[in-house]
Amino acid sequence: MYSKMVSLRFPKSNVNEPIIANLVKKFDLTFNILKATIYPRKEGLVVMELTGHRKNYQQGVRYLKGIGIKVENIGQDIRRDDDKCYQCGACTAVCPTGALSIQRPEMAVIFEKDKCSACELCVLTCPALAMETKFDKTLLS
Amino acid sequence: MPKRKTSKTIEEINRKIKQGKAVVVTADEMTDIVKGKGAEKAAREIDVVTTGTFAPMCSSGAFINFGHTKPTLKASKVWLNGVPAYAGLAAVDIYIGATEPAEDDPLNRVHPGQFTYGGGHVIEDLVAGKKVRLKATAYGTDCYPRQEVDKKITLSELPYAMLLNPRNGYQNYNCAINMTDKTIYTYMGVLKPKAGNANYSTSGQLSPLFNDPYYLTLGLGTRIFLGGTEGYIIGPGTQHNPGAKRGKNGVPLSPAGTVMVMGDLKGMSPKWITGVRMLGYGCSLAVGLGIPIPILNEEMARYTGVSDEELFTQIIDYGNDYPKGEAVSLGRVSYADLKSGTISFKGEDVPTVPVSSRVRAVEIANILKEWIEKGKFLLTEGQEMLPTVKRK
Repeated sequence: MYSKMVSLRFPKSNVNEPIIANLVKKFDLTFNILKATIYPRKEGLVVMELTGHRKNYQQGVRYLKGIGIKVENIGQDIRRDDDKCYQCGACTAVCPTGALSIQRPEMAVIFEKDKCSACELCVLTCPALAMETKFDKTLLS
Repeated sequence: MPKRKTSKTIEEINRKIKQGKAVVVTADEMTDIVKGKGAEKAAREIDVVTTGTFAPMCSSGAFINFGHTKPTLKASKVWLNGVPAYAGLAAVDIYIGATEPAEDDPLNRVHPGQFTYGGGHVIEDLVAGKKVRLKATAYGTDCYPRQEVDKKITLSELPYAMLLNPRNGYQNYNCAINMTDKTIYTYMGVLKPKAGNANYSTSGQLSPLFNDPYYLTLGLGTRIFLGGTEGYIIGPGTQHNPGAKRGKNGVPLSPAGTVMVMGDLKGMSPKWITGVRMLGYGCSLAVGLGIPIPILNEEMARYTGVSDEELFTQIIDYGNDYPKGEAVSLGRVSYADLKSGTISFKGEDVPTVPVSSRVRAVEIANILKEWIEKGKFLLTEGQEMLPTVKRK
């Protein structure tokens, strides 16, 4: 079983395409949508966890890219500036996936990118402004 | 044969520090030592216990003299990077407060406000050596004719820059929860509805004022670690309340003592003086503070031997009670429980969230320990001790 957190950005021409249904029906994938927005100019953003057989996942992503949707691996989108983070732990109040957690007994704040759903709540909450949203272009290939 | 009770003076301890013979331990280490050997033996063996804390501390700020201009100016309004500073002091003296937001900040008009830049950030930028834009306006006088100035300043060029925090190092603080059914945004962090999380802010057994609960060694002139350099306690902080209810060990069970501190901004580091914001609340400054506690006798050894299991605070509802000004304790918890990750509250497990950095607190206690061990930092005698209460 293969599971990845991805963001899909699609132009307004794709907004009416039943992409989720197609991912389920044609590629046997399951999904868990964490965020879905249509912006004023009708381009859309969906953040979801996509789960299934690795091969199916890859084919599904190929299908999405084929119809002009930008697929980005979300796990890498949220970054922590380790110089700015002073390890308080305030972020752990809002992190829904446990990607930010406290290691005891040291009380160090750990950030596990793999578990991050890119909800960005930590970006808003961090007192030190240490959490950033950034897109790593090299991950798109 | 009864042994003589240990009694040392600060002068004697300083002599040992100068000889490189002083025995210095952190408050974490002292907890184990007192537990293992007892307070009397610990008092004989240990000379100084170092403490530390690093957390957002409101009621912080800096006095700055930005130097006379040509022609001269008596500033009436001053902004540093767009953050208003108080100018009603003299011609070019200002006070920049940590919680002052940038003048163009949308505040909480879109709730929760982000408060990404304020007085605390200005202070951090100065300490980091960054250029800060100073704007001032004035009404003009015969001796100070100039009516405005707009220039870049850096800390090294300033004639005078003194961190002076009216209230730091709170001895104990509330554990905050939210009993409403909506998320709230407080100075204690984000509090999820229906007691979704319990936030607390302390370094517990490492916290300075937990290690000298009656302020027996703390007063005007006590030399401390402040912002990465030496600073001083200059008196009780605002809201200093020694009369708070105390446990059997003498330690307050709710917010109690505070200290007013000062130190030269020019010696500080942005690692220990860090601008912060609390979402939906505002700006502040995270301050690194460490106080050395001289182990003058068995009593001080006993106090510094306190552990997180023996330190308690009260749970306060920041959703209903606190904003009404009617905070009542909904329960008592130990810092050991708070640090464990969950507390039991009204029969439910509630995740706990620290807003004070334990990692940084440990680092401060160790730095101070090293300074003292190397003879770089001598203890001072308080000239006017902090107001206190009768000991239990």
